[in-house]
Amino acid sequence: MCNQTVCLVAAELERQGISTIVIQLLRSVAEKVRPPRALFVPFKHGYPLDIPGDPSRQKAVIEAALQLLEDPSLTAGPVLRDYTPPKK
Amino acid sequence: MMGDTSEFSLTIRLFLKAYQWRKIDPVPWTPLKKPLSQSKLALVSSAGFVLPDQPHFDESIKGGDPSFREIPSGVEVKTLVETHRSESFDHTGLQKDPNVGFPIDRVRELAVSGRIGAVNHRHLSCMGSITAPGRLIHNTAPPAVRLLVEDQVDAALLVPV
Repeated sequence: MCNQTVCLVAAELERQGISTIVIQLLRSVAEKVRPPRALFVPFKHGYPLDIPGDPSRQKAVIEAALQLLEDPSLTAGPVLRDYTPPKK
Repeated sequence: MMGDTSEFSLTIRLFLKAYQWRKIDPVPWTPLKKPLSQSKLALVSSAGFVLPDQPHFDESIKGGDPSFREIPSGVEVKTLVETHRSESFDHTGLQKDPNVGFPIDRVRELAVSGRIGAVNHRHLSCMGSITAPGRLIHNTAPPAVRLLVEDQVDAALLVPV
């Protein structure tokens, strides 16, 4: 349910003029709920930013999210992009 | 494989299959008004984090507790208390390193490096396991978001768990 909850908060943020990017752990939920911008990550629930205690891998997820957020070619949602983690 | 519901028990998979997801329609869209290097960022986490002196989310509320907690930007991440009620996922990663769900150390680093302009002085924490989100949509999210509007936040990163 966490996936839907952040999508619904993102919609309210966008309605009030704040740009958003949401991480999503279930592609099917993102497709149904339709947040404005979503980055689908292939991780288990409980691990949305990859590996605990590994700043570089966490930062890689955030960087991918920021790149989606600032992509000037996007002018309307919903946008759903897949994240490919770096090789371990 | 991750990204589908195979990691969950049969009971939860059946629930998720039957659940009526809330479709956002129309989809609101706010473009970034300025480069990220000049933008103020806030976090929104649904991992149920609270400060040690904040009330926990109320597990007894049918359909889920739709309230929010404010988390200050200067928080020592190890002091956050994870109160997410779901038993359907592994909580040990969040407990070992809360940054994996509330990446406050990472976004502070991004501000230092200049990738983002600034980190807002406060962030939002909520409880993700809300099955009846009407109160969230209509009653609690609008005033919580207004706090970030008052702070002149430009962008938000939202992290489920």
